[in-house]
Amino acid sequence: MPNQDFAPLLILIALVAAFLWLHFSGASGSARLYLAGLLVVTGVVMLLPSLGVPIPDWWASVMPTPKIQLGLDLQGGTHLLLEVKLDDAVKTALRRRGDDLVRELGANKLAPVKISQDASGALSVTLKDQAETSPFLDLMERSFTDLTAAGAGQAATGAPIYRLTMRQADELQTRHSAMDQALETIRNRIDQLGVRETTVEREDDNEILVQLPGIQDPERAKQLIGKTAVLEFKLVDDQHSIADALKNGPPPGDEILYGRPDRGGREPYLVESPVLVTGDVVTDARVRPGGRLEGPYVSVDLNARGAQIFDSLTAANVGRRLAIILDNTVYSAPVIKERIPGGRVSITGRFSFEEAHQLAIVLRSGALPAPVKIIEERTVGPSLGHDSIRDGAISFVVGAGVVLAFMAIYYSGAGIVADFGLILNILLLLCVMAALQATLTLPGIAGIVLTLGMSIDANVLVNERMREELRSGKSARESVKHGYLRAWSAVRDSNISTFVAGLILFQFGTGPVKGFAVTLCAGVATGLFSCIVVTRAWYDYQMEIRRLTQISV
Amino acid sequence: MSFQLIPSDINLDFVGKRRFFIALSTAINISALVLLWFVGLNYGVDFAGGSLVQVRFTQETNANAIRSALAPLNLGDITIQDFGKVGQEYLIRFAKAKEVGSIGKLLEQALAKRYGANVAKVVRVETVGARVGRNLRRDGISAVVVATIFMGLFIAWEFRHVSWSFGAGAVIALVHDVLVVTFALVISQFQFDLTTLAALLTVIGYSVHDTIIVSDRIREDAAKRRRENLAAIMNRAINETLSRTILTSGTAIAVLIVLLALGGPILRPPAFTLLVGFITGTYSSIYIAGPVVLFWERRIKVGALSRAA
Repeated sequence: MPNQDFAPLLILIALVAAFLWLHFSGASGSARLYLAGLLVVTGVVMLLPSLGVPIPDWWASVMPTPKIQLGLDLQGGTHLLLEVKLDDAVKTALRRRGDDLVRELGANKLAPVKISQDASGALSVTLKDQAETSPFLDLMERSFTDLTAAGAGQAATGAPIYRLTMRQADELQTRHSAMDQALETIRNRIDQLGVRETTVEREDDNEILVQLPGIQDPERAKQLIGKTAVLEFKLVDDQHSIADALKNGPPPGDEILYGRPDRGGREPYLVESPVLVTGDVVTDARVRPGGRLEGPYVSVDLNARGAQIFDSLTAANVGRRLAIILDNTVYSAPVIKERIPGGRVSITGRFSFEEAHQLAIVLRSGALPAPVKIIEERTVGPSLGHDSIRDGAISFVVGAGVVLAFMAIYYSGAGIVADFGLILNILLLLCVMAALQATLTLPGIAGIVLTLGMSIDANVLVNERMREELRSGKSARESVKHGYLRAWSAVRDSNISTFVAGLILFQFGTGPVKGFAVTLCAGVATGLFSCIVVTRAWYDYQMEIRRLTQISV
Repeated sequence: MSFQLIPSDINLDFVGKRRFFIALSTAINISALVLLWFVGLNYGVDFAGGSLVQVRFTQETNANAIRSALAPLNLGDITIQDFGKVGQEYLIRFAKAKEVGSIGKLLEQALAKRYGANVAKVVRVETVGARVGRNLRRDGISAVVVATIFMGLFIAWEFRHVSWSFGAGAVIALVHDVLVVTFALVISQFQFDLTTLAALLTVIGYSVHDTIIVSDRIREDAAKRRRENLAAIMNRAINETLSRTILTSGTAIAVLIVLLALGGPILRPPAFTLLVGFITGTYSSIYIAGPVVLFWERRIKVGALSRAA
């Protein structure tokens, strides 16, 4: 988001307000025309940055120079809408609490229990026997206040079963922080792409909007975003055979994970379920050049807590294999040869340099608390964007030409006055867009062209009324006065209706449609001012200076 | 010297012929509903979900060749449509592929296998998930309904001194315009996406805009000539504003024709929608909105009065 500076907008509003004040206090036409001239000069100066005219530094230091932003459909780029699977974040949190529970039960000298997780994420705990019930519930009340335990019948052996779910407030809290973390993580990853003026913002309860203007390779961005990057360490179970586990299902407390796709398919691993260390202890991750055979690897630094856990873990399990798991894929499972203090872990896996680089980025920027899915993508290549700009510009110029020429021919003198109003209208409309740093999209250009065709209605109404008044035998002076006066109620009401339609469009629209709505609404406002208020100054000036007795309409 | 297209003393009988035009409009509206039910709008990916890929070729090719080049990807039902430059630019549309993230790249690779490297270039990818499509459709329908109701209320209030029924007239005129535009969209099978929807909402804004101009004149004349009956006042107001109506709609329509011709293929569906909408919007202010007010004033109000008496 470009930083907003309201100074240019305030200057515009001040000038318009001054004009309106002069208009309603009945100031002379010439004074109002001078002010209109000032408005035109200000407008042109404000548009210079948008037209690509270089702005001298001394000027930029005095006054902000906002520009009209080109939409992704014009400059090319990628728009992504991501859905964060928050249900999964809750499930993961419950699973971790399940691991904690197992550890706590052991620490409290309670018999081991069987814990399983169902599809909704709820944990089902089977106690050893009835006698364990009250110490179990005590423990729940003491250390697991975020969970609710409800009796769920008995197993065949008569052992009580409890169903554990997260309390509503804690679940909301989990979702909330998962969303914040996802936003932060994706922002970090996008920043690493080095693209300018990216947008990463929350769109809905569980949606994130990412906009990458001018990006050449959207695939890379999408791969970066999609990686969950949950780093886990689990011990490999060497007691049981992997072949049996594949055939009959893993023994209790174990699970089967697979390695990275290789020429020989994906190698299965039998690992012990409890997660020993997770990726949230990673402080840094760097690509290191490896030997010629194994290629580059990623070196990961752990924080103090991670280092300590890793230290005692390796000390207690020398000789066993430790699986290094990223997003449920086993990257490697080296044998722990000795105790590893200091908290530095290498992840190898025959990476290409690009793969290692991406892995380092996602590890460094933190894990996503839940998987993220792209639910909407709009990518426009730069060449198509250029074509759209060209088509838009051509239809703008031709459309404006048609309207201006028609007015001048049909109403002659009054038509030329209306044309000046129309040109001022376009100038102001573009200025407002620049001052708001609004985004110009292709539908937005269509909106401007349409504004041209519609704002002319105000002048047509006034001019038709003037003709009517002249025909009824009124003087030129009276005709001008009554023409504007009588046309006003129709002009006002009809513009209100268009403005309201624009507001509704803005409320319900997304992306390019919003851009269209902004141009439509801004066009109504600038059109009323330019075509009604400013053109009137010209007639008043004519009447004062030249004692106008005749108008050409 | 300036021109005058419509003579100032014009006095056509618009209101007298209302029965014929109402019958005509009703027929078009009913066929619009029938078409909408049996044929349906050509929903773009915004509303239907799925993927749309625009591909540019450096050599001429045809839809069948592209289809066979993409066959290995198993994309399911594919529609291929000429777009922009004839023979060299195509829109490829299919239900969403499994791997959302890399559709552009997949297609480019598949096409490169047949046409050679750098012949086919993906210039636009739009993928919308089914759920997002549903939400957008829901928002779109709400926008049209909310806009119509707001406009009706606004007009009813603005012209309450003449008759509250102006609101009803405007709403029926709006429904009419939306149906006529829908009719044209179903027949032309132009893609109905977010931009087309924006155009439809703009049509609603314009239709009301036009109805207000005519009604404003009726309001003014009704205040001046209290003796005359409403039908006569209405006919006079329509004639008095006729010159303005023709000029404004004429310029707007000229501008829209420019957009349709020069705005490029992406702007064609919305420009077409606006063009049809502006024409019907102008027509409905004269032949629909007014007659509804007359009908209301004569039948419903008079009926209620006579029952009360």
